[in-house]
Amino acid sequence: MAVITYREALNEALAEEMERDPDVFLMGEEVGVYNGAYKVSKGLLERFGEMRVVDTPITELGFAGLGVGAAMTGIRPVIEFMTWNFAILAFDQIFNSAAKMRSMSSGQFKMPLTFRGPTGAALQLAAQHSQALESQVAHYPGVKVVVPGTPADAKGLLKAAIRDDDPVCVFEGEMLYNLKGEVPEDDDFIIPLGVADLKREGSDVSIITHGKMIHTALQAAAKLEKDGIQADVLDLRSLRPLDTDAILATVAKTNRVVLLEEGWPHGGITATVAALIQEEAFDMLDAPILRVTQADVPMPYAKALEKAVKPSVEMVIEKVNRVLYR
Amino acid sequence: MATKVYMEALSPTMEEGRLATWLKNEGDQVKEGDVLAEVETDKATMELVARGSGVLRKRMIAEGDTANVGTVIAVIAGADEDVSALTGGAEAAASQDKGGESASSAEQKAQAAAGSDVGQGAAAVAAAGPTEQDQAERGTPGEATPAGAAPTPTPDRGTTAPATGDRSIAPTGDDADASGSNGRVKASPLARKIANEAGMQLGGVQGSGPGGRIVKRDVEAAISGGGAQAQAPAAQAQAPAQPAADAQAEAQAPRAAAAPAAGGYHDQPLSQMRKTIAKRLTQSIGPVPHFFLTIEVDMGEAAKLRARINERFKDQGVKVSPNDLIIKAVAAALRKHPWVNAAWTGDAIRFHDGVHIGVAVAVDEGLITPVIKDADRKGVGEIAGEVRELAGRAREKKLKPDEYTGSTFSISNLGMFGIEEFTAVINPPEAAILAVGAITPKVVVDEAGDMAVRQRMRMTLSCDHRVIDGATGAQFLQTLKSYLEEPMLMVA
Repeated sequence: MAVITYREALNEALAEEMERDPDVFLMGEEVGVYNGAYKVSKGLLERFGEMRVVDTPITELGFAGLGVGAAMTGIRPVIEFMTWNFAILAFDQIFNSAAKMRSMSSGQFKMPLTFRGPTGAALQLAAQHSQALESQVAHYPGVKVVVPGTPADAKGLLKAAIRDDDPVCVFEGEMLYNLKGEVPEDDDFIIPLGVADLKREGSDVSIITHGKMIHTALQAAAKLEKDGIQADVLDLRSLRPLDTDAILATVAKTNRVVLLEEGWPHGGITATVAALIQEEAFDMLDAPILRVTQADVPMPYAKALEKAVKPSVEMVIEKVNRVLYR
Repeated sequence: MATKVYMEALSPTMEEGRLATWLKNEGDQVKEGDVLAEVETDKATMELVARGSGVLRKRMIAEGDTANVGTVIAVIAGADEDVSALTGGAEAAASQDKGGESASSAEQKAQAAAGSDVGQGAAAVAAAGPTEQDQAERGTPGEATPAGAAPTPTPDRGTTAPATGDRSIAPTGDDADASGSNGRVKASPLARKIANEAGMQLGGVQGSGPGGRIVKRDVEAAISGGGAQAQAPAAQAQAPAQPAADAQAEAQAPRAAAAPAAGGYHDQPLSQMRKTIAKRLTQSIGPVPHFFLTIEVDMGEAAKLRARINERFKDQGVKVSPNDLIIKAVAAALRKHPWVNAAWTGDAIRFHDGVHIGVAVAVDEGLITPVIKDADRKGVGEIAGEVRELAGRAREKKLKPDEYTGSTFSISNLGMFGIEEFTAVINPPEAAILAVGAITPKVVVDEAGDMAVRQRMRMTLSCDHRVIDGATGAQFLQTLKSYLEEPMLMVA
């Protein structure tokens, strides 16, 4: 397997799918001549031409709507948002058009559309540019939501998203683009949507998370191991559909759960997972489910405050100790 | 801050304890870890230690009194601290003990639920941060209250003693509701499920989670201790229609039957051990479908081997009894027959990895089964030494809980009383027990067809038919017989 960056993995996924299917095209701000704000689309304009790699004005609602219309004709647009923070402008097209088209047309229109862009806080980008919005997007029936945390997952999930006939929102980690990892070189390497992945095996406690936070969870698990605590780290990968079986399996194994997400606690995916566990696996719990999330405030700009607000390895360890009654 | 001293579960199966001796007087300075009293449990006399420091302000039961696990029996507090709320409530509870059974048990549950570990409760409060942690805590009501609120003059619902102490003498109507809401045993959902499957009451289990919450490890410890398991088969074997209360009524039956109507007699109060034996064995013979297999063994070779071992290792003080050889042979045979080294759990057959042999030892007031752990991996000399040492301490009631729990198979030998053959009652949740009779000279027809006098011994295996079938048990006995008649086979 090749060791490549998360950014290169996404680029390979786009290139391979555009090569494989002439109906796939990429559209968004700076995706062409500039090679992408985060260089994910590097070389694609040169390779596939301006009919299939389309630079847009700064009009998120507009080009998201173009994507919806294109998908209705049966072709497979990939819409890049410079970040998901900017996609808020396009939510009417995503939720009111893309998410509902299939059911409101009684299946007459498929919606083979992919929305993608980075999510989550980088460093000191302040309240409007630091949001992890995947939980909010996953609220809507009709869309699928994936949040890859490794280069291999990035490639496999983006390829699955492009091949899927429903609108799939791909949340990339803004801080993960330079992350290196092994990625299978198979052109048909796809990771099915809705399948979680056990990133680490343990028996004492389950840390359930997704995206960038899997690395926080794995660091916490490594430190906990020195204390003799073995943590299961379950990477959800897909927030919608949720891999219920994998969640219940890890709960059945460890009986203790810490849920971790980068976004806010109120209505976050961790709240949904907690509800699911108590509904389906109440008798498996030996301790209350605890959560680690971003503090319930808009992200401060000040460096020290930003650090205090974001979920940390220490917070995860503290919650793990509490569910273990230590 | 005041510390309530509870009657603690000092053995895994203990549900009540008799205070044998107070070792501290009221007014004595005590610090955490000091031994406050000696308590007679169902198995042994154990030390009760202080869980907090201060002055022993009040002893609420006298020497010789019995208290249920979870009852407050004393209060440790600062010299000038107002503890009237704590002692008043507990005294009320004590008086109820003599009155209504239901009222007192509700009270005990209430107190157990109010937080058995004051220090831990306080730590939980201190650890809770100001942010979303508060939200997480809010889901577990009562967790924070007992420690902080107990000593204050206006306690809230979290402190049970004043709330129910003066009202629950005649619990009716909304009074019953009040004690009901406070009397909830705090346990995790998983702990409740495990206890339920084991047919076990949670009331007697000491919780080690925050605020005294009973969690999985507490229930598992209680179950592996054996006491809870004694109740397990009772619940499992109940027909769905039979309510759980029946099992309890059954357990208390021996007590009710203790007073004959007329004639000369004297009543001897039941010791804790006698009660436990009565309860466990009653529960066993009922729900456990026993069957019995008897086999006769020629002990001539075993006797020769025993004599050789004792001669060869005389200098080292090794003295092997026939029973020690039988333990060794049984352990070796169990290795080959895992179905006999197993347990019924209700929804599975549990095969034990280790072979731990419980050896029934008669003591003054009854019997106890010290455990020879990993007997299959020990030499017969080592087994002999261990049996002698454990049996000695068993007679002095000095066994530690882990020395009489965890057996996977038991042996009862009444040979020394001249009993030739008998059947033993299975010690749940084990699947079998071996009853060993006396070795006696008998006339037998030997291999050549001639009459000969041989040393013979009869053994009867009692089997739990839910785990072991006739052929399974018979095969085990065949192996055991071959090991005793030809000990070389054990190492072949």
